[in-house]
Amino acid sequence: MEFNLILVGLAGVIAAATPIVFATIGETITEKAGVTNLSVNGTIILSAMTGFAVATSTDNLWLGFLAGAFVGALVAAIVAFSSITLKQSQVAVGFVLTLMCRDLAYFLGNPFMGLSGPRVPPAFEIPLLSKIPILGTLFFNQDILVYLSFLLIIFANIYVYKTRPGLSLQGIGERPASAYIRGTNVNKMRYIYTILGGALVGVAGPMYSLSVKAGWKGTISGLDGIGWIVLAIVIFGGWNPLRGSLGAYLFAFLQWLGLVLQTSLPGIPSQVLQVAPFPLMILTLLLVNIGNAEWVDRTIMGLPENVRPAISRLLRSMKTNPPSSLGVPFENE
Amino acid sequence: MKVELRSIHKYFGPVHANNNISLTILPGTIQGIVGENGAGKSTLMKILSGFIQADEGEILLDDQVITIHSPSDALKRGIGMLHQDPLDFPPMKVIDNLLIGQEGGLFPNKRKVAADIKKLANQFGFSIDTEAYVEGLTVGERQQLEIIRLLWMGARILILDEPTTGISASQKEKLFETLTRLASEGMIVIFVSHKLEEIETLCHRAAVFRGGLLVGEAIQPYHTDDLVRLMFGKPMELGSRLGCHSEENVVEIHNLEIEDPRLHIRDVDLDVKAGEVIGLAGMEGSGQRLFLRALGGLLATTGRTKLLVKGHDLTHEPYSSYLKTGVAYVPADRMEEGLIPGLTLKEHFILTGDTKKLFIDQEESLHRTKVKISEFNIKGRPDSYVEELSGGNQQRALLALLNEPLSLVLLEHPSRGLDLESTIWLWEKLKERCKTGTAVIFISSDLEQILHYSDRILVFFGGKVSKPMLAAETNVDQLGQLIGGKGFVN
Ligand SMILES: Nc1ncnc2c1ncn2[C@@H]1O[C@H](COP(=O)(O)OP(=O)(O)OP(=O)(O)O)[C@@H](O)[C@H]1O
Ligand SMILES: [Mg+2]
Repeated sequence: MEFNLILVGLAGVIAAATPIVFATIGETITEKAGVTNLSVNGTIILSAMTGFAVATSTDNLWLGFLAGAFVGALVAAIVAFSSITLKQSQVAVGFVLTLMCRDLAYFLGNPFMGLSGPRVPPAFEIPLLSKIPILGTLFFNQDILVYLSFLLIIFANIYVYKTRPGLSLQGIGERPASAYIRGTNVNKMRYIYTILGGALVGVAGPMYSLSVKAGWKGTISGLDGIGWIVLAIVIFGGWNPLRGSLGAYLFAFLQWLGLVLQTSLPGIPSQVLQVAPFPLMILTLLLVNIGNAEWVDRTIMGLPENVRPAISRLLRSMKTNPPSSLGVPFENE
Repeated sequence: MKVELRSIHKYFGPVHANNNISLTILPGTIQGIVGENGAGKSTLMKILSGFIQADEGEILLDDQVITIHSPSDALKRGIGMLHQDPLDFPPMKVIDNLLIGQEGGLFPNKRKVAADIKKLANQFGFSIDTEAYVEGLTVGERQQLEIIRLLWMGARILILDEPTTGISASQKEKLFETLTRLASEGMIVIFVSHKLEEIETLCHRAAVFRGGLLVGEAIQPYHTDDLVRLMFGKPMELGSRLGCHSEENVVEIHNLEIEDPRLHIRDVDLDVKAGEVIGLAGMEGSGQRLFLRALGGLLATTGRTKLLVKGHDLTHEPYSSYLKTGVAYVPADRMEEGLIPGLTLKEHFILTGDTKKLFIDQEESLHRTKVKISEFNIKGRPDSYVEELSGGNQQRALLALLNEPLSLVLLEHPSRGLDLESTIWLWEKLKERCKTGTAVIFISSDLEQILHYSDRILVFFGGKVSKPMLAAETNVDQLGQLIGGKGFVN
């Protein structure tokens, strides 16, 4: 019985992580192309509000998601235009946009505060698969968004690492000059991937306001901060869609843990447990990436011969590097 | 395929980089291009390969006038360029490098491409591991990969801009063999180099550039003196060795030990006298660079190492102590480690100038920059960005940035990319330093240069270091044997 409760809780973790998975993969794709879209936090809040407003007004759930994607794409298009075409600082533009979008959401969202809107249909079982012990409960008794996120993870990984355009995507983020001599229109592709990535981030908003945290409650919607965690997850996920998604699940898990502990450890103030996932997440991710530090390399050199290769292989497999030209504008001479 | 360039002009602001260049190259020819630094060689190559467009003039392929819009456009017409620093994707696999830019369906057929590439590489005796990561390859191997890629993409005209600067002697031999073979199959090879002996052994014809003009052409057999006169307008002679007579030790190295994942250097003892020049020879990656970096404080030493400069114990001290004691390091990779792209010459001088003042004295720095520009004969203005300078002028700028006085100058490949005149000039500058007691230690792959300018020579082989040899008492053959590993004890 106890075990089943935990299982159901973990299935809830997977559902709660779904918007973060979408946003993480979106931002990963953008950054893989060499552009940092720092507006994620504001984009999620604004698209959550817009998605909710549109879905409520039209009474059409899917139009809400479309509106969210549109908001995300629009904000990303501004980032792309100012950084790729106007060659302005991506950090400055993204930062201003993130603040602006958030405040805009709170302001424009006022009339929709506390309304009850449509909700994504509840979880349904996938025949056969949901009967698999443990895995069935975890993965195959979910709502449509979760299933879509699984498809997205698989699709994004295949696209980036196995297809021809995916290889070019890696190329333009690594060394745009090399991609250019191979015939890639670097700046056009950067526009496309920035806007596409932005749209995926934008979808995350309505996922909250129409499903995970249904409704619009203005400043207490609890969405502020998630976008920043997404940016961290992208970095520590090594710009790999799959690793990034695992990071998203880890974060949702830590949040869930906080809630569970709250009931069993009443001595600890509830604020601590609510905030703890954020620093804990950063700490975990730092540990995962420890192979990047030079002092670690040097320490390994001092280890006995028989354990050295195994440890260094493990660390090397965890080592990550950002796309070499991340944030660097490209100009062909 | 035949190429014809007609009255090509190219301006960069006030600089007339290509002035009315006309050149015809017939199939099966290896065409050499020589000329002083900043003569406009790279500019012409970039025009032919589609990187930049000419302001005036025509390009004809097989008597058809064509316009080349981009490098990939050039490659579609069969013109491929091998860049000095191969334009590839270091963190990615070889196979993925090949697939980017290849046209085809959504899912590339990796197995077929790998097989095709292996077959092509075998024809030239290259071994290419398609599953390796590019960052793990040497510059020479990356060049081979790029040549194979260009041929695979259908290049019939191959442009190489100073391809031999970063590769080993055996890789160079292989490269020349390949180029000769390609030409014999009817392809055109255009080969830019500062090394006249390379032009003389490899190229069927040579075109000489000076100040944006094509000033003359020569065909085999060449007369070196004529080429030099065409290039510089006057004959040139290598300056002589200064000869060190000091007894004062500037640097004392005891039991030097360096550990690196690949090499282990140990028990090196060496005293360097004031004004002495020491050349380090060896195949790329034999430990000479580690040694030099350790002396410059850029690499930690281990064991019982003791390192004294001017009597100061610098063992395990941070880099800043080395700077304070007057140790300067001039890296080979000028744009990555030496200069800062995006900053002008003047800003570089501001950075290395008086750091105690909070505010920049604009007048003073402009003045200092102008003095240095004329003293070091840099072709550029105070507000030129360093990345706009030609390769040779970047090297001059690096030297001009060195502070004075110095006790020890460490140089990686000091004459890489320099023309003959600049090389001679560089050594004159270094000799001036030596006269004031500065010691010089340098790495070079050019044995002639090492023999010519060093007082003593150290040869490196697989982390082993030879005893110091007097340059006056050795010769190219003996050095060559040592570099190949013959004659090392244990
Ligand atoms: N992008 C650029 N902007 C401004 N000036 C340039 C640019 N590229 C080249 N130049 C100038 O054009 C002239 C010719 O340069 P180029 O690179 O063709 O010389 P080079 O013959 O290849 O010299 P080196 O042997 O030193 O490589 C130089 O004076 C250089 O400063
Ligand atoms: Mg050049």
